[in-house]
Amino acid sequence: MLSRRLIPCLDVKDGLVVKGVRFRDHVVMGAIEALALRYRDEGADELVFYDITASPEGRGVDVAWVERVARLIDIPFCVAGGIRSVAQARAVLQAGADKVSVNTPALERPKLIAELAAAFGVQCVVVGIDSQRDPDGEWRVRAYTGDPTKTRAPGRRTLDWVREVQERGAGEIVLNCMGADGVRAGYDLEQLRAVRAICGVPLVASGGAGAAEHFAAVFADADVDAALAASVFHSGAVRIPELKTALRAQGFEVRDVA
Amino acid sequence: MNLVLVDSGGANIGSVRYALQRLGVESRLSADPAEIIAADRVILPGVGAAGPGMARLRELGLVETLRGLRQPLLGICLGMQLLFETSEEGEEACLGLLPGRVARLPAAPGIRVPHMGWNQLRSTRPSTLLEGIGDEAQAYFVHSYAAPVTSDCIATTDHGLPFAAVVARGNVSGAQFHPERSAAVGARLLQNFLTGGRA
Repeated sequence: MLSRRLIPCLDVKDGLVVKGVRFRDHVVMGAIEALALRYRDEGADELVFYDITASPEGRGVDVAWVERVARLIDIPFCVAGGIRSVAQARAVLQAGADKVSVNTPALERPKLIAELAAAFGVQCVVVGIDSQRDPDGEWRVRAYTGDPTKTRAPGRRTLDWVREVQERGAGEIVLNCMGADGVRAGYDLEQLRAVRAICGVPLVASGGAGAAEHFAAVFADADVDAALAASVFHSGAVRIPELKTALRAQGFEVRDVA
Repeated sequence: MNLVLVDSGGANIGSVRYALQRLGVESRLSADPAEIIAADRVILPGVGAAGPGMARLRELGLVETLRGLRQPLLGICLGMQLLFETSEEGEEACLGLLPGRVARLPAAPGIRVPHMGWNQLRSTRPSTLLEGIGDEAQAYFVHSYAAPVTSDCIATTDHGLPFAAVVARGNVSGAQFHPERSAAVGARLLQNFLTGGRA
């Protein structure tokens, strides 16, 4: 049986791993390689690296650290941030990333998803969606979330975008619920359930993990394939080996920590 | 050891090479038939779709080269799928080193395609390629098409239905999962291939 995946997310800024609260006020957490190795050793199932300033700054990912990570670790990892063409994605994949994740560039030019899927296969193409509930009660996507001064609301309804990206060739969707991000009060189960209902590809929950029980809740209630978190893993508030033991005790399939 | 990675254009070639380096083994990337024929062992990596994958091998003039190899050959992910006769993906004729047809994994309630993540290997018969890999071992998969469970299958995995996770027949072997990204389990399979490599 397929295991539920636990995915530490490493936000990369100026070559270091940082973390903000609700996407603001970034604090340096450490060096990319040291954290990658630490999570690999603790039994993370996959890693995601977000170059959070690449898109707002209009540049691509620096592939030098991608290659260093690829040499070092023996678990899969995905790179996101500033990938806006097949050529940029190819550079990241050839440097050793297993998947690329596109967010703002896909909103700007939705054809990018199909281009990436045709070039590398859908299994390499992750679409990240930053979503927030608007005052009218609708969930809508956000773009350029790496820099709060540049964040925009293009007006797309999140559920429409989830359907569209699958048709265009997304092999996986990461739904980041911005209202819950960094607050540690739990994943946005209502929104994740709504997306799960229309999502036939693997779905990764992001935003809001604060305690071990939040992971069990999102697997049980929203049936997501993976749960992504940053703060709780970086701070040590939740440790992956203990989290896996707890999840296994509750009947969830997880990969053994070696 | 003279180990050649076939330069099949797949995006995971770098990762496979790094995984071999972590085992202390240098490999050579090559699309030259003479170099491939002269190798002690050959790995056919691959990420992407069967059509472009086979088109690339034909373009490079490697189809007959790979068919004629007598030394141990390991196909990884798409590289393993290409070892079979045909693939439903683009109705493509493949290398035909193993009988069978690669088909799309059917989606079902709770069964998402692509099959992405860590899943259990179930050994179906003893093989040097699986030495030291326990029955509960998990490996990292990411694919939408899969090879059937035939007599060449030495380990299966379930995702809605059982499919071939590891195959071996004579000098030809393959892993549907990514050994280069499957932690200790993947490293052990690669090590087994380097030291043994025959079914």
